[in-house]
Amino acid sequence: MKKRKERIDRGIKVRSEDIFALSSYREMIYLLMPRAIPVVGLLGIAPFLSPYWQEVFISTSIYALLAISWDLLISAGLVSLGQSLFYGIGSYIAGALNHYCGWSPLFTIPVATVMGGVLCTVLLLPVLRLRGIYFAMVMLVLPLMLSRLVEATRILGGTEGLPGLTPFPNQLIALYVIQLALLATLFGFRRLMASDYGLVLKGINDNDRSVMSAGLNIYLYKTQVLFIGASVGSFAGAFGTHIDMFAGMPGFALDYALLPVAAAVVGGMGTFAGPMLGAFILVPLSEILRALGALRIVFYGLFLVVFIVGLPEGIFPYVQRKYHQLERWVELE
Amino acid sequence: MLLGTLIYGFINSCILALLALGFNLTFGISGVANFAYGAIYIFSGFLTWITMNSIGLPYLLSVFISILCAALIGLLIYYIVILRVKGLALSEVMATFGLGIAIMELFRYFDFVGFKYTLPVFFDGSIGFGEVYVDYQRLFIALIAVALTLFLYFFTRHSKIGLAFRAIAQDERTALTFGIDSDRIGALSMAFGAALAAIAAIVILPLGTIAVEGGYEVLINALAVCIVGGLGSTVGILVASVLIGYAQTFTANYLEPHWMMLVSLIAIAVVLTIKPSGLFSRQKELEERI
Repeated sequence: MKKRKERIDRGIKVRSEDIFALSSYREMIYLLMPRAIPVVGLLGIAPFLSPYWQEVFISTSIYALLAISWDLLISAGLVSLGQSLFYGIGSYIAGALNHYCGWSPLFTIPVATVMGGVLCTVLLLPVLRLRGIYFAMVMLVLPLMLSRLVEATRILGGTEGLPGLTPFPNQLIALYVIQLALLATLFGFRRLMASDYGLVLKGINDNDRSVMSAGLNIYLYKTQVLFIGASVGSFAGAFGTHIDMFAGMPGFALDYALLPVAAAVVGGMGTFAGPMLGAFILVPLSEILRALGALRIVFYGLFLVVFIVGLPEGIFPYVQRKYHQLERWVELE
Repeated sequence: MLLGTLIYGFINSCILALLALGFNLTFGISGVANFAYGAIYIFSGFLTWITMNSIGLPYLLSVFISILCAALIGLLIYYIVILRVKGLALSEVMATFGLGIAIMELFRYFDFVGFKYTLPVFFDGSIGFGEVYVDYQRLFIALIAVALTLFLYFFTRHSKIGLAFRAIAQDERTALTFGIDSDRIGALSMAFGAALAAIAAIVILPLGTIAVEGGYEVLINALAVCIVGGLGSTVGILVASVLIGYAQTFTANYLEPHWMMLVSLIAIAVVLTIKPSGLFSRQKELEERI
């Protein structure tokens, strides 16, 4: 009896994308498994971690949110070298509301998410017409400028920041909240980019002038994307500030600008799952390397260079391709 | 007070022009925004310190070595990293940015922090203009800035490599048909930019200590001057450094030194918002905004 190799994904692709009829549980498993891995992996492992690693997972999820928001912006052609702007503004809003007004995190975080999104969008509205590297330079400069401004005017606690913010009642609750937010963002953004709306965004990234000539107002789209991305970043900032129980100038630090970019480049841009994967590789790795001190940032920098030069597509698209190329033996008829 | 501000503003302008020359040269010729520029600046400062104090070479020799090493690093960065991502502006920026951070943080890791990391001045002493005293090193900086600008002017107009630089900058394809290797010229422009950064480091760093944070500030200042003046335009650089230099000195004297760095940052943000191609640019408007 002769056998030949057959790609598993061919038939499943046709049936699942066009006529929505799956014939067996095996096909469902084939489709569901990659999507179930992050859900089960995040929510299932969380209770079994030691308190120290729970903390690491919280900060990893914060970075992953920033990286996913970076990825959404770049899907619409907005290159952000300053995710720390979103993080810092979110953390300062939540911190100020908690410090001066005494609101609980239950209210400060949602308010900071929306207000941070609006504030960042308004702040960046004048430069929305810039493209590529010019927009990137403005984004690089803004967080630096704001932190110098805080230092020079001594508003919002100046260099000392706002200490003594309300922490979360329980670390496990905090972990679940941030992980649910992360999963919602991940799957929400993937769905968004698969819709017609996402198609327009991809078009803006590929060739903005042809989208304009199709009669679509690209600035409206860019503003909306900026608001969504900035809101996610501000949420990460507001959440992180309650975890640290401190809001201050470190919110605008280079860490929050560099790591999301590095994570997205390592994981694979434009896939959302890639930047998340990248964050979950880089942050725990840097925790392990914590003993090395400043050398961690050296590693981020080198990771960035090596992946841009060596594997520009990133880890996730590579793995995804291999998964689609899985084969099985079938009998020849 | 006013005379002092004017003199120190002029010297500050010279410092800014000196910082921006190398960044501008590389960008103007090969179109590579070298975000590792601040790192190369800091690297050459520390290298001069190491060759002088740890190895014990004479000052002039160590200056020579660090300029050469900086140029070599520029060449290596071009051939190993940039050549593979050439033309992808975003990848170039991210790769050089990552590399620059790696170099600078490596110095922090090896504990190059403190007041002992200073370079010696060329000439000791100071000279008085009326009631204002200016030390010789600051005059020397102004002299070097003027000399380097003149040198670059004549170099790009009357030497073979310099003419090739301009040819590549003006029209890469036509230059290729004349037998000019654009990769070689790009690498050379990177090496020249790095060497200029090293020269700037050696004359400017004696005014203070060598610190890793200085690298970020140098990058921001160079960017500010280049963006305000228009990337790739030498006249723009000179005008912009005078503008920003005086603005910085006036804010430092009449407001607070804290605000000095804010001037460059605000200048970048404002110019990019209003006229992203800068005051004197030769770049096309359509390329940067829609």
